[in-house]
Amino acid sequence: MINKILSDIALMSAIGSVLALIMVIAQRWLSNYGEVKVNINGKRELTVKGGNSLLNTLSDQQIFIPSACGGRGSCGACKCKVESGGGPLLPTERPLLSKEEISGNIRLACQVKVKSDIAIEIPESIFNIRRFNSVVEEIIDYTYDIKGITFKLTDGQSIDFKAGQYVQLESQPYEKIKNKVVRAYSISSKPEYKDRIQLIIRQVPDGICSTWVHKHLKVGDKVNFTGPYGDFYLRDTDADILFVAGGSGKAPIKAILEHLKEVGTTRKMTYFFGARSLRDLYLTEDMQALEKVFDQFEYVPVLSHPVAEEHWEGKTGFVMPYFKDAIRDPKHTEAYLCGSPGMISAVTKALKEYGLDEDKIYYDSFG
Amino acid sequence: MDISAFVLFWAAIFTSNILLTNFLGMCSYLSVSREIESSFGLGVAVIFVLTVTSALNWLVYHYILLPFDIVYLQYIVFIIVIAAFVQFLELLIERYAPALYYTLGIFLPLITVNCAIFGVSLFMIIRNYNFLQSIAFGAGSGIGWLLAILLLAGIRRKLKEKMVPQGLRGAGISLIITGIMAMGFIGFSGIVQIQ
Repeated sequence: MINKILSDIALMSAIGSVLALIMVIAQRWLSNYGEVKVNINGKRELTVKGGNSLLNTLSDQQIFIPSACGGRGSCGACKCKVESGGGPLLPTERPLLSKEEISGNIRLACQVKVKSDIAIEIPESIFNIRRFNSVVEEIIDYTYDIKGITFKLTDGQSIDFKAGQYVQLESQPYEKIKNKVVRAYSISSKPEYKDRIQLIIRQVPDGICSTWVHKHLKVGDKVNFTGPYGDFYLRDTDADILFVAGGSGKAPIKAILEHLKEVGTTRKMTYFFGARSLRDLYLTEDMQALEKVFDQFEYVPVLSHPVAEEHWEGKTGFVMPYFKDAIRDPKHTEAYLCGSPGMISAVTKALKEYGLDEDKIYYDSFG
Repeated sequence: MDISAFVLFWAAIFTSNILLTNFLGMCSYLSVSREIESSFGLGVAVIFVLTVTSALNWLVYHYILLPFDIVYLQYIVFIIVIAAFVQFLELLIERYAPALYYTLGIFLPLITVNCAIFGVSLFMIIRNYNFLQSIAFGAGSGIGWLLAILLLAGIRRKLKEKMVPQGLRGAGISLIITGIMAMGFIGFSGIVQIQ
């Protein structure tokens, strides 16, 4: 009996091993595409090993295309222009690309496989993206679920970014979470600080990275992040500005305002901050202090669910109705929105009804 | 079984269609049947994989499982043979026929978990088919599956412009249609019986 069991197990293992061996050999032999050339913007040429996705091939070469989902083809952040050699559009890419993007040869870098020589176009700013080593210098509790964390760069590194851009923070394994995850957070400190950045991070219920930050991160811990990413930054015009933010969406706006304080501005600015109740407001004094620094700046916190005993005397409800007084000339106004996807789409719709041009509405959606 | 491979082939398509009489391979049938083009691609991939895996599993059964007396492990062995073969096929197509890969290859991972493939392997063992019969049965079942998914895809295209009650949209109405199609296929069953 026991012999039968053992011999059957051995036989099963043998069958499994033979099949596995065939697969390994096939992988070696079939997925080996040799060395291929990647041409970037017609300027740089890299020689790499073929067979990998474009996203991974580039990150091996220290070129970091933003990606929030880690290459599963679900976030659509890793869009880039593939001039030639990318093969036909895959059904896995189609749902995430618009018609204009498809006709403009835009592809998802995580789905395109590098199998032959390939020519791609990526914004020059991506070359600025680096992986940084840092230590946690300071942790501030802004509210019961929002913390501000300052990371000081180590190893003599310095970071160059535009106010409003974001970085991707790498979390470490903790408790039951065995894997590192990567999450995007906006930089909330001014770009004049080259040796440190501050991030404002809200605790998301069951969020892997935010729970790690809130429950496990301590001053002195070593942390890695890549960046800077994103095209959410202040456009250099003289138009009036509407800032609209909610929750931890205050971060990039804070960076922009602190940067403006350094360089000075005469633009008319109104900053609407939406929150549920008084306990969700933070940095209110700092923002009100800025009203004295700039010629024309107003900070307008709006509470959607004020609690009676907090005796809130400011504005209540949604932020949208209050835009009316802040918009002097809709054609000469830019809007910068930062917050949840729901808030962004509601505010964008309202702003268009007020007459703002869609291409003057810039946003950073915290999906 | 003393039924000729030729008869078995046609029987597998019409009288005992793997999908419409056994309701196997339902999940990809329901999810991919939204478009005729992708239904066709998946169907062709199913035909190919069914034919080859029924041959492979027949050989494995008669030359490994029977002689070593481990027939009770056939479920596991069949599954890993199917999975390995599909993986291998995917690598092969991706390398040597890129054009085919983009139309057919992307459906291969879906097929690994298609229970029609596994079902056909089990039926050929239970019904004691010989090698030729198994291949005919595999190929016929594949064509039957393609036929069923193409029919449903065609009906669903017509259905897009029709008013379907809210609660029935999607999988609900597809299952009802499949049931009616299955009843239609009962009409063929007088021709020949293979089970």
